[in-house]
Amino acid sequence: MKRRDFLKVTVGGTAATLCTTAEARSNLEPAPQAVGMLFDSTLCVGCKACVSKCKQVNDMPPVIDGDELGWDSARDLSGDTLNVIKVYREGEAKTKDAEINGYCFEKQSCMHCVDPGCVSVCPCNAMRRDGLTGIVTHHPDVCIGCRYCMVSCPYNVPQFEYNELFGQIQKCQMCNQAGVERIDKGQMTGCAEVCPTGSTLFGSREALLQEARRRMELKPGEIYNYPRGDVRDPYSYHEKPAPTYKQHIWGEKEAGGTNVMHISAVSFDKLGMPPLQERSAASIAETVQHSVYSYLALPALALAGLSYTVRKNTRDDNGGEQ
Amino acid sequence: MSNHQALGGRIFTGPFIVLLVVFVIGCVFMVERFTEGMGAVSNLNGGFAWGIWVVYDVVVGTAFACGGYALAFMVYVFNKGQYHPLVRPAVLASLLGYAMGGFGAFFDMGRFWQFYEIFIPGNWNFNSVMLEVGLCVTAYIFVLTLEFAPALLEKLGLDGLLKALNKVLFLLIALGVLLPTMHQSSLGSLLIAAGHKVHPLWQSLHMQPVLALLTALIMGFSIVIFEASTSAVGFGRESESPLLAKLGKVIIGLLVAFLVIRLIVLMTQGKLGLIFGFDFASLMFLLEMALFVIPVFILLSPARRGRGSQLLIAAVSMLMAGALYRFSAFLFTYNPGPGYSYFPSVAEIMITLGIIALELMAYLVLVKTLPVLHPEKHA
Repeated sequence: MKRRDFLKVTVGGTAATLCTTAEARSNLEPAPQAVGMLFDSTLCVGCKACVSKCKQVNDMPPVIDGDELGWDSARDLSGDTLNVIKVYREGEAKTKDAEINGYCFEKQSCMHCVDPGCVSVCPCNAMRRDGLTGIVTHHPDVCIGCRYCMVSCPYNVPQFEYNELFGQIQKCQMCNQAGVERIDKGQMTGCAEVCPTGSTLFGSREALLQEARRRMELKPGEIYNYPRGDVRDPYSYHEKPAPTYKQHIWGEKEAGGTNVMHISAVSFDKLGMPPLQERSAASIAETVQHSVYSYLALPALALAGLSYTVRKNTRDDNGGEQ
Repeated sequence: MSNHQALGGRIFTGPFIVLLVVFVIGCVFMVERFTEGMGAVSNLNGGFAWGIWVVYDVVVGTAFACGGYALAFMVYVFNKGQYHPLVRPAVLASLLGYAMGGFGAFFDMGRFWQFYEIFIPGNWNFNSVMLEVGLCVTAYIFVLTLEFAPALLEKLGLDGLLKALNKVLFLLIALGVLLPTMHQSSLGSLLIAAGHKVHPLWQSLHMQPVLALLTALIMGFSIVIFEASTSAVGFGRESESPLLAKLGKVIIGLLVAFLVIRLIVLMTQGKLGLIFGFDFASLMFLLEMALFVIPVFILLSPARRGRGSQLLIAAVSMLMAGALYRFSAFLFTYNPGPGYSYFPSVAEIMITLGIIALELMAYLVLVKTLPVLHPEKHA
């Protein structure tokens, strides 16, 4: 009887609450004035000017590997490195942009997801997506260092400064963090500004997407006038025969899309991009979470049911004692 | 109300001194962690942001500490009063286990000096599973403290306070059932946002909270059997076998539910083929399944169920099964991408062992000095 009472209250309540609140949260849409970057792997010559400029803007030291003092030898993102150029090498590594016996360069930095996992999972709102530009920034003043942002990032972008006692999370904030604010001032990102081949382009997500689509349509060998700097207002151009692009704009749709997009002649799984679905993991997690915790209605109902049942049962227990 | 007795006896026994040594070694590394930073003592990296401090101390450790939760369900919700003698030791073990989880979380917290930011409502992100876990576990530690408080109040003879506490005890017990239901399921939900990094055999997405909750209950009941059996042996007390055998019966339902849901999820996700890949993940999965299935067979037979040794084997098997399920998902088969690997450092292991040693020492001291265990003859 008692068990039935309890079940009636909780199961009934659960069903009612689930029915009213279990609307799936779909992927977020791009911010109204989303800005981003387009990285064209076929244009990158691996000079790492972008890495150097990034360190200058963010006041970070170069990573020195062995005796190689001439340039920044960062091999991966870290608390001191917010963007990095990696090499793809296969077989004899002779031909640029060939998957077999070829090589090419790939950039790794924050993709500024349209539906960022790091923002969704942060318990303290220390990761924020700008409502207008879609730029994802980090705010260490409220961060407790749980590092869930690192776990939830498909690209392993946020990096904790493990080597410092009072470390913090570091990530690319598209040169728009407090104190830098290059985008708000009408400038472009540091890495796009210094890129000699226009491999890293700055611009609105929309304009970048159009540029990427134009390149997808190029016939291999066809001469194309490649812009440098801001795709909406390039500071110069250079002509070059088009490579054989893979028909895939990374970041158009992956996990809800990203504001930093990549195109390449080598397929992205070979370049270390993760296996992502179109639906963002964040949207699934939030759907589950809000089905159960919307307005705390379900927990409150369960607490009422439990209190009632427990009270009844402990009274029986004590019998005459009262 | 108090049918409980302090066990009495010497505190500084052999096992206690061994634990003390382990704890002191752990302390050395703890000091290093808070003077040199996490990088100096741990192998955590950009791909593996969570190591054993999170996965053992919090994710697995709090499941081991679900005895109080599981019993509260039985005794107070389903009104099975005969399990009452098991409650107080289980609540103590839960309190210590969760306190250890709290410790571990603090060691792991990258910005420990501003841990309080998670308690400021203005910062709260209600989309975050971590917020739910953080607040709910903290609240539960307070609830467990109050649930255990009668043992201390009886000892001190503070009858007034005891009476006052008993008046609201029903609310505390209700919270003691609700809160673990919430955060134990959330520990599973933490994995959803990790997406592809969680191996397909463990990435059940929407079903993560359900599977996590079932393992919490299974491990909770198992730890009660385990603790009762070992303290019967260790302290030379009469075994509670008949009572534990009945408990074993309840667990069968949970085990079957877990196995059925686990396999249906894999079936609907089209991942059954992965089970027989015979790679590392597939072997971990098969081992996990074996550890869940063995206790079903032991517990199904009334004869085996009635024997203390068989019951203990079943309990250990279930504890290992639940722990392996969580370890596999969060660490063993977790894959953040090429270039990253993780194996805990000596310091990480010693800090975790140090906290476990502290927990066990506290248990030994408290059962000897406070009325926790039930007298051997049942009233």
